Amino acid sequence: MSERIDEAKVRHIAHLARLRLTDEEIVRFGAQLSDIVSYVEKLGEVNTEGVEPTAHPLPVRNVLRDDVPADSLGVDRVLANAPDSSPPYFKVPKVLDQMES
Amino acid sequence: MGNAVSNIENALAAIRGTDPKVRAILSTLDESAMARAQTLDAGPAGSPIFGKAVVVKDNICTDVGTTTCGSKILERFRSPYNAHVIERLNPPGAVVVAKTNLDEFAMGSSTENSGFFTSRNPWNPEFVPGGSSGGSIVAVASRMVPYALGSETGGSIRQPASFCGVSGLKPTYGRVSRYGLVAFASSLDQIGPVAVDARGLAELLGVIAGRDARDSTSVDLPVPNYVAKLDEPVGKVRIGIAAEYFGEGLHPETRRVVEAAIETYKKLGAEVCEIHLPHSAYTIGCYYLVCTAEASSNLARFDGVRYGHRTASPSDYFDVYSGSRAEGFGAEVKRRIMLGTFALSSGYYDAYYLKALKVRTLIKHDFLDAFKSCDVILSPTTPTPAFKIGEKSDNPLEMYLADIYNCAANLAGIPALSIPCGFTSDRMPVGLQLMAPHFAEDRLLQIAHWYQQKTDHHLQTPPICAT
Repeated sequence: MSERIDEAKVRHIAHLARLRLTDEEIVRFGAQLSDIVSYVEKLGEVNTEGVEPTAHPLPVRNVLRDDVPADSLGVDRVLANAPDSSPPYFKVPKVLDQMES
Repeated sequence: MGNAVSNIENALAAIRGTDPKVRAILSTLDESAMARAQTLDAGPAGSPIFGKAVVVKDNICTDVGTTTCGSKILERFRSPYNAHVIERLNPPGAVVVAKTNLDEFAMGSSTENSGFFTSRNPWNPEFVPGGSSGGSIVAVASRMVPYALGSETGGSIRQPASFCGVSGLKPTYGRVSRYGLVAFASSLDQIGPVAVDARGLAELLGVIAGRDARDSTSVDLPVPNYVAKLDEPVGKVRIGIAAEYFGEGLHPETRRVVEAAIETYKKLGAEVCEIHLPHSAYTIGCYYLVCTAEASSNLARFDGVRYGHRTASPSDYFDVYSGSRAEGFGAEVKRRIMLGTFALSSGYYDAYYLKALKVRTLIKHDFLDAFKSCDVILSPTTPTPAFKIGEKSDNPLEMYLADIYNCAANLAGIPALSIPCGFTSDRMPVGLQLMAPHFAEDRLLQIAHWYQQKTDHHLQTPPICAT
């Protein structure tokens, strides 16, 4: 299948991942990711017809707790690590004008 | 009057004296540790870890000090709560004295990816200690503390344990709660103990293992008395050897030392048989697709909004995310997020991610089949001894291959450990890996302890300890 990660693809992936990359990083990651992807393409040799995928090493089942209120961390502790806040809210730069424009 | 205060004073003094040479420690918790020790000394002593110093990998949340994950993006993050394993250390009287260095978000095999500094191998400071739990391993290897907690996603305890000559265990997936372990790849991550010997591992595992409702993947099975089991008669021991773990790329000195360990087991009376793990060649490819896919999703939470670094003057709301992440994450973390995003993206999901999950099934079945004819599988922990600082830092793929013997246990979810089994002619440690069926940690530790009763490799200390 050999998939080369060209510059346009690196930019697309970086956009999906919300990573702002420098031009230098785009070139370097393109080459490194191409190497890694061509290595992992070895998996293509394996016959997996009829094989079920394993997302978890042990059987997992959905776990529900009782629907009753429990203690939570509280606003002060939750906001203590925020880069910016206006209790009881997290504060972020204004976005509405931009979205309308 | 107990001796917790003197133990903790000694540990903090050892960190001050030795750590500048090896740089295992990101932050010390002098105040909370001393206060805790004083409280302990006022009460009765009990468990073997009572009043003993423990260091904790800095991706495990503590409600004192910082929890940085070795990343600039969390440089000032102070967790509002303790991880489950930290809560578990309290009743038996263990004292957390410091947080240890790691590859950023546990992504790496050398600690060179730490956002702060590179830790050094205590046997030779020009060499890497391994990673990602490098700091925890180095602290025990240089005898600053008797116990440490690390975490594994793909060999991050066993590989550095091998490079530095200590004992380290990755428990069965689900044996230890991951609550408060900052997530890297949730279907692989597991917290594990680090100690001088298998007895130390047993002491610490017994404390941290068990069901916790806050991690729905933690398993509700009784926790055996791992320490008591160590000294029970081992009975018939069947050790499986897979040719796939002794093939091309295995360093001749590592081979020599590990083959000598196999001879030791034979002399002890173990029955050694050949087994096969036919999908071994696909382990690293499978592992890096699964772990990066999960990482790309888990690390989406670092968005510059609720905690962590935010870029100073974002041009728009999109830039809050992409700028904060660009400034906060190091190169390897970015690379893995990119690879994982690619593997999950439209048009590639089936060929890469889904394919890897199917290969994961086959790798797991290799082990289930192999354990029909043996109790444990023995191999070298790593294909080579520790490599030099800088040697692989420009070649991510080559770095990934340093974990080639380790990642299968994480993919299959089985327990595995590394114990010291000798030295190269340059006196760098070599580790022996033992892997066991799901939840057979008691048998695994017993077989490791059996070996350590007859050998003294684990008792050797690096020259740095004498100065």
